[in-house]
Amino acid sequence: MMPEISLSILDVAENSTRAKASLVRIGIEIDTVKDTMVLTIDDDGCGMTEEQVKRVEDPFFTTRTTRKVGLGVPFLKQAALAANGDFSIASEVGRGTNVRAVFQYSNIDRMPLGDISHTIQQLVVYHPETDFLYTYSYNGRSFALDTREMREILGDVPFSEPEVQEYILSYLTENKQEVDHGQVE
Amino acid sequence: MKSLEELKAIREKMQGQLGLREEENAKTRVLVGMATCGIAAGARPVLTEISDEVQKDHVKDVMVSQTGCIGLCQYEPIVEIYEPGKPKITYVHMDKDKAKRVVKEHLEGGKPIVEFMLHTVRDAENSAKNK
Repeated sequence: MMPEISLSILDVAENSTRAKASLVRIGIEIDTVKDTMVLTIDDDGCGMTEEQVKRVEDPFFTTRTTRKVGLGVPFLKQAALAANGDFSIASEVGRGTNVRAVFQYSNIDRMPLGDISHTIQQLVVYHPETDFLYTYSYNGRSFALDTREMREILGDVPFSEPEVQEYILSYLTENKQEVDHGQVE
Repeated sequence: MKSLEELKAIREKMQGQLGLREEENAKTRVLVGMATCGIAAGARPVLTEISDEVQKDHVKDVMVSQTGCIGLCQYEPIVEIYEPGKPKITYVHMDKDKAKRVVKEHLEGGKPIVEFMLHTVRDAENSAKNK
């Protein structure tokens, strides 16, 4: 299992970019009253056949050719189930893939969310061909980062520009702090 | 809430400055493995460190990006360095401190670090096994 949930998010979202998604939606919704953390990763990439979807939760399935074991999805599923949660994946060829993991927020076995701001920043900066819509919400307060909006403002200035990279990271860090007051581990 | 206004300011400042520094001029490519194996072994902070150091020291003509699984999972985190006219260098078992040294000594100083290279690490492991 990954030591942080954010690393699983990075891993599964990397799959989306490899599936040639043009838009990847990543959502984190924490509700301490319902005691849930709901994670969704939805892409409009190439999708998978029914057969592939069945097998993707199996560690011995992967589309890569450099090794024979694919642990990205199984790791996330295991992390959710270990935290008294739930996991589902749905996909359609040509339409995309939806991954949903639910964690019992207060569960002692829930992995920490970890450094989600760096995770999202890296996804954005190192995948200039892909758009991301990231939403983070904590007990009803929320913020979003939409690379389509940013792209429109930036024009031909790339996300890899150091000042832009820095801006994206502080946008993520400061807004997260305002939304959850640093309560989330 | 931090808004997009600041981004507009950055955009305005950058206007006119672009084109001076084209990505194609980046002579050296630094690739960090970012598949499940790399991520689980700690590749995210390694990528952050390299990117931060390269920016901080204004290292010229270096492009940092990421790659998938290259089939050497047991040696992750892996950093590959491609310099024109030179053989590819593969650094293995990277961490933040080693990554920083790679930027300082190899990318800035021009001296590759033999002790972090794949063949050195693999030879050391093999001779330990044969003892």
